[in-house]
Amino acid sequence: MSSSSSSTIRPTPLLKDELDIVIPTIRNLDFLEMWRPFFQPYHLIIVQDGDPSKIIKVPEGFDYELYNRNDINKILGPKSSCISFKDSACRCFGYMVSKKKYIFTIDDDCFVAKDPSGNDINALEQHIKNLLSPSTPFFFNTLYDPYREGADFVRGYPFSLREGVPTAVSHGLWLNIPDYDAPTQLVKPRERNTRFVDAVLTIPKGTLFPMCGMNLAFDRELIGPAMYFGLMGDGQPIGRYDDMWAGWCIKVICDHLGLGVKTGLPYIWHSKASNPFVNLKKEYKGIYWQEELIPFFQGATLPKECTTVQSCYKELSKQVKAKLGKIDDYFNKLADAMLTWIEAWDELNPSMQLANGIERLVV
Amino acid sequence: MSQVTIDRNEIDIVIAAFRSDLTSFLEEWRPIISRFHLIIVQDPDLKEGLKIPKGFDVDVYTKSDIDKLVSASHASMFSGYACRYFGYLVSKRKYIVSIDDDCSPAKDNNGDVVDIVTQHITNLKTPATPLFFNTLYDPYRKGSDFVRGYPFSLRSGVPCVLSCGLWLNLADFDAPTQSLKPELRNSRYVDAVLTVPKNSLMPMSGINIAFDRETVGPAILPALKLAKEGKVRWETMEDVWCGLVVKVVCDHLQLGVKTGIPYVWRNERGSAIDSLKKEWQGVKLMEELIPFFQALKLSQDAVTAEDCVMEMAVAIKKGIGSKHPELANAAGNMVEWVKIWKEVGSRVLI
Repeated sequence: MSSSSSSTIRPTPLLKDELDIVIPTIRNLDFLEMWRPFFQPYHLIIVQDGDPSKIIKVPEGFDYELYNRNDINKILGPKSSCISFKDSACRCFGYMVSKKKYIFTIDDDCFVAKDPSGNDINALEQHIKNLLSPSTPFFFNTLYDPYREGADFVRGYPFSLREGVPTAVSHGLWLNIPDYDAPTQLVKPRERNTRFVDAVLTIPKGTLFPMCGMNLAFDRELIGPAMYFGLMGDGQPIGRYDDMWAGWCIKVICDHLGLGVKTGLPYIWHSKASNPFVNLKKEYKGIYWQEELIPFFQGATLPKECTTVQSCYKELSKQVKAKLGKIDDYFNKLADAMLTWIEAWDELNPSMQLANGIERLVV
Repeated sequence: MSQVTIDRNEIDIVIAAFRSDLTSFLEEWRPIISRFHLIIVQDPDLKEGLKIPKGFDVDVYTKSDIDKLVSASHASMFSGYACRYFGYLVSKRKYIVSIDDDCSPAKDNNGDVVDIVTQHITNLKTPATPLFFNTLYDPYRKGSDFVRGYPFSLRSGVPCVLSCGLWLNLADFDAPTQSLKPELRNSRYVDAVLTVPKNSLMPMSGINIAFDRETVGPAILPALKLAKEGKVRWETMEDVWCGLVVKVVCDHLQLGVKTGIPYVWRNERGSAIDSLKKEWQGVKLMEELIPFFQALKLSQDAVTAEDCVMEMAVAIKKGIGSKHPELANAAGNMVEWVKIWKEVGSRVLI
């Protein structure tokens, strides 16, 4: 019988024609130099936030498209109101205009991390591995991702559940500056995440999590329309909850549609701690609101007639309006923006209306 | 975050002995467990007396002790792997740490020997967080915390009552898996402990566990006996069944279960292929157990572990037990266990 190590290690496909890298930026893209060995084969979608008259230089040799606010307004017209301004939430515009199956999104202060052996971590490759192997949301595997080399399902794991479900989202982590909220940053300004946890695991069905957009990959065909990062930044009462909001929405929808969400590897090196006082002002309302948002999402159920991501998302926006509108008028606006987003998504991605698990129409 | 105190008066280490000469096993573990009280329960089928090196504070229980304490009709509940539950029953301490007798201490990624007692007790003495997933795993570990987006009202967590450790080398795979991949060994030390989320069931492995006996002891029970249960882990499901029961109880009572570190090193023993030839029963059963346990709802009146177990036993007997006699027996054993637990709890043992 062949040994497990030689039979399971296959080279990970590059997917360079099936994956776009979406990067929001307001300053510069110097960080790309460090990622060059890993990112150069791929197409980049740069979403430039802030002043559109500023020129953002993209390092030589990258294949990219860049959108500033003027571009967003031109392409979406009045629907551009759903895309945030002066907040990295604007990145979701990149998801919408992409024509690829997979998205990897990363912040411009995230660099290549090293594993415990001192080797550079190819974060993109690990995300691809995560997305191309199934998830196991229905029963917890105590040895984490059973599809990884050197792992498997443990004794007691039902065989009928071992095929798993398609993985829609791969949520990576961060060494150095951890993704803490403002109060925690203020109390522990010097804490750094130095613990490399060599695991990927599926977040069980029915369990919500705080999704961080710093190092995230997803299958756009499976879940893209639900990856709306909400109304944040300029003119909005809240910030730093864009990815959280998307994470709660996608998890409810993934649980409903039988899709999986993984978290864990890969790690990137997060270099910059944003100002905790600025963060506190942005997060302040969110800290109170999330106390009501979490029970809302935990209790959210979708009717079985909702079989596509778009229909799930539209249904969710109705529930947001009905149940969260009374917390603050912001949620009425957000519910409307969710619908605007879906309309804009469907306009820009007409052939995807029949996708989400059904045969994709060739247009 | 305060330091967790490891108080020897709170802890019993329970080992089920399947071989008579425990010298090498106990010598290996001496640096880690010698300061604690040990309860060793001898497999009732083991005829020879146990050989135990000096310098341990140990109480040994044998078949005759089991027969004295429980009626003859129920002594079989404590046969094979389930004899360790007798140790849980007679313990008078708050925490139990229990490992199989074919495990050795493991080393972590820094080459340091893993102190399973300290890690298990730390897991148990810090809260669990089953209501919302923390992406940086256990937020109570040094160097970690709750991440952005974690609701503040959920940050005090719930009491952790069960700590499930892991295994390097021979992992706890089932017989079909290990037979298909005879070379597969677990060499990945994952430096994390995390809470198993509420409403998520998991396969508990009895190889390396610790629990809060005071709170959840009645739910850590010997109930499921396979027809051809053997003396290797591939031939038992007693712990997997127990894990399903205790997780339902914990979810109902707002208690937590952690999984992850500490690791033990599991030594080679037995043959997966031989076990595979013997028995498929346990593997087949799991297909029905999962949906059944996932759908199980307990009433508001069930406020203790005992209450929960009694309600579950009734539901099992009526439901899935009506199709499978071994599950109806398991339900009966659960009821009996709670009865014995209460009796023993109210007695002063000599």
